[in-house]
Amino acid sequence: MSGTLLIKNGHLIDPANGIDATADLWIRDGKVAAVGNYNGTADEEIDASGKIVCPGLIDMHVHLREPGQEWKEDIESGSRAAVAGGVTSICCMPNTGPHIDHAGIALQIIARARQVNLCNVHPIGAVTKNLDGKELTEMRELSRSGCVAFSDDGMPIWHAGVMRKALEYASSFDFLVIQHAEEKELTAGGAINEGWISTQLGVSGMPVEGEDSMIARDIMLTRRADARYHVAHISSKGGVDMVRKARAEGLKVTTEAAPHHFALTEEEVLGYNVDAKMSPPLRTEEDRLAVIEGLRDGTIDVIATDHAPHHEDDKRCGLSCAAFGIVGLETMLPVSLDLVRAGVLSMSDLIAKMTCNPAQLLDLHAGVLSEGAEADVTIFDPDATWTVDREAMVSKGKNTPWHGKQMTGQVTHTLKAGRIVFAEGEVRG
Amino acid sequence: MDNRAEAGEIMRPLKHLFGIADLDREQIEYLVNLGDSFIEINRRPLKKAPTLRGKTIINLFFENSTRTRTSFELAGKRLSADVINISASTSATKKGETLLDTGQTLAAMQPHVLVIRHSLAGTCEFLADYLPDTSLVNAGDGAHEHPTQVLTDLLTLKQHWGTPEGKVITIVGDIAHSRVARSHLLAAKILGYKMRVVAPKTLLPAQIERYGCEVYHNFDEALPGSDAVYMLRVQTERLTDNCAFPSIREYHETYGLNGKRLNAAGPDCIVMHPGPMNRGVEISTDVADSVKSHVLQQVEHGVAVRMAVLAALCGGQTEEKKKAGSRKQLSDEAMQAQRTLL
Repeated sequence: MSGTLLIKNGHLIDPANGIDATADLWIRDGKVAAVGNYNGTADEEIDASGKIVCPGLIDMHVHLREPGQEWKEDIESGSRAAVAGGVTSICCMPNTGPHIDHAGIALQIIARARQVNLCNVHPIGAVTKNLDGKELTEMRELSRSGCVAFSDDGMPIWHAGVMRKALEYASSFDFLVIQHAEEKELTAGGAINEGWISTQLGVSGMPVEGEDSMIARDIMLTRRADARYHVAHISSKGGVDMVRKARAEGLKVTTEAAPHHFALTEEEVLGYNVDAKMSPPLRTEEDRLAVIEGLRDGTIDVIATDHAPHHEDDKRCGLSCAAFGIVGLETMLPVSLDLVRAGVLSMSDLIAKMTCNPAQLLDLHAGVLSEGAEADVTIFDPDATWTVDREAMVSKGKNTPWHGKQMTGQVTHTLKAGRIVFAEGEVRG
Repeated sequence: MDNRAEAGEIMRPLKHLFGIADLDREQIEYLVNLGDSFIEINRRPLKKAPTLRGKTIINLFFENSTRTRTSFELAGKRLSADVINISASTSATKKGETLLDTGQTLAAMQPHVLVIRHSLAGTCEFLADYLPDTSLVNAGDGAHEHPTQVLTDLLTLKQHWGTPEGKVITIVGDIAHSRVARSHLLAAKILGYKMRVVAPKTLLPAQIERYGCEVYHNFDEALPGSDAVYMLRVQTERLTDNCAFPSIREYHETYGLNGKRLNAAGPDCIVMHPGPMNRGVEISTDVADSVKSHVLQQVEHGVAVRMAVLAALCGGQTEEKKKAGSRKQLSDEAMQAQRTLL
């Protein structure tokens, strides 16, 4: 993008640089040229009065489904959904078909994402070949091919011996291991959180100990390996407490929370609602409040959606056999803004969890509006209201628990390297 | 039971029967009393009433069943409905058709009622969204509910006790996977009887006590004061799948109902079982065959109660209000039916 773009009169929030004030943002040739005064004229202007201007959001936990399940989502539709949600960088999980367990697939995804050219797509490489939890992948080659972290997400790295080796090997090269913490022996056959709701519905439950016991084990292994360990989509009070304690001890343990886990509880599944089924499942109010407390006190540094699009055929078969997962990219920001409205986080702290924090964790050149940085920018109206309509979603996945619900906070513009890729409700490009 | 609701009194109209959870006291009593009035038809030489003439009922069974399917079939036929049975082994499911497509396909043939048994909890709730014109009856869905079994039991208890109110029913066995137990726990709250559940923790679902029942792991402690002991079938698959108990031998020793245990419950305690029984596992033969056993009454009442449910759902209840209260009227109908047959 050549030329000069001025985003004026907006409330600029750039947590990494400590900026939280009304200021103009000048963009030239796709890069941030200046914040505040600039010695030049604009070719184009966006009036951001009454709006918040921040670095483009990062979602470090997305399932793009390509290659292999393009009827659920593909790199193009997922990229479009991202920018519609104000997200300019996404990390895509390796449970594609074939899996991202060798360099070719990583390179293919990156190449396709560049063709689509809407947002940055960073693959996350598999920890084990074929995600089967047995043999380690060639992590160094995957890293050289663009993978920014490693995970078997969708599946846990189940066996303790393999997890130990994975943490030891990855940490030898300072790679981050992201765990989908689920002890399958405890969750087998389960569809929702185990408790009073699962008992009443007569549906097999997934006990919270399935998540907690694996986090406990992994923290011990992380300590021994001196590794970097990241808990994906943390959902339980026990998990949050353990991560807090591990961090206080100085271990390199981090975690992320998904909007559904701090906005909803297991009550959503009453009536056999398949669009409230995901793994880990929606849990109790006590767990939800613990996740919020973890976000407040910094135990949880990152908000990530676990965007998991499914075709309606995969969902329209009853709660027990419906696929796990919900879409999240397009509702990430407004649902998260509830944390600000509830006084849990300042706007700047909230934005940090969706910009500079994941960028730092994954060493991405994104999430800041420093002079010379890529001008990935999100502009949103924090007070605008809109109603979620599954049919109007940009993602191919229509599996959202928020269908028909009113959202407060709406993305008005998304810029990728200075180019407007979303505005006036339309994806451009 | 409250005689105010003696068959034919007012009832909120029912479109579906998903579970006891959707019923109120008046509806339960209406169905039980209407069932009571139908027992007599089943005992006649010519077992036919014209109540559901012209109605179509499809029994769609995805799980094996002998008694429930036969019971629904006889219930429909004895009320003159056209009844079709479909079992999973002959259905399109084997050809890969989805549950929803099977449901929609059958609904397109315009039956009045679809009676469904499926291993998936919430099957009727799921299908109802897509089948707006068909009444759905839950004949057992996973570990969720089995409302007609419990209505059947309530008719049996009504015959024996008059009302279950204030009584103590002790239910023993695989509560975790039992839809009958859940439906009873819900009915107990509505009708005011007490439930004791007895099982090792491996066979209890999470937070079962929130139904308002007493929880026992020791069967012998639960027996004194029980007015009925309700034994559940223990599926031996649970042994290998779930490590739920170590052996049949130890299960029978710990949770099996034998004559000695039954005596400990007191002289008036009755025995119930939804069937099929595993003799020598949860129930010993002397108990199964004793005069205290109401198992066969349950089976008989099952047909009558299902007749009541089908009549209520087929919109026949408006007529039933006028007619069903009067045994004489039913007899007239039967005579009419008899004439037609002749």
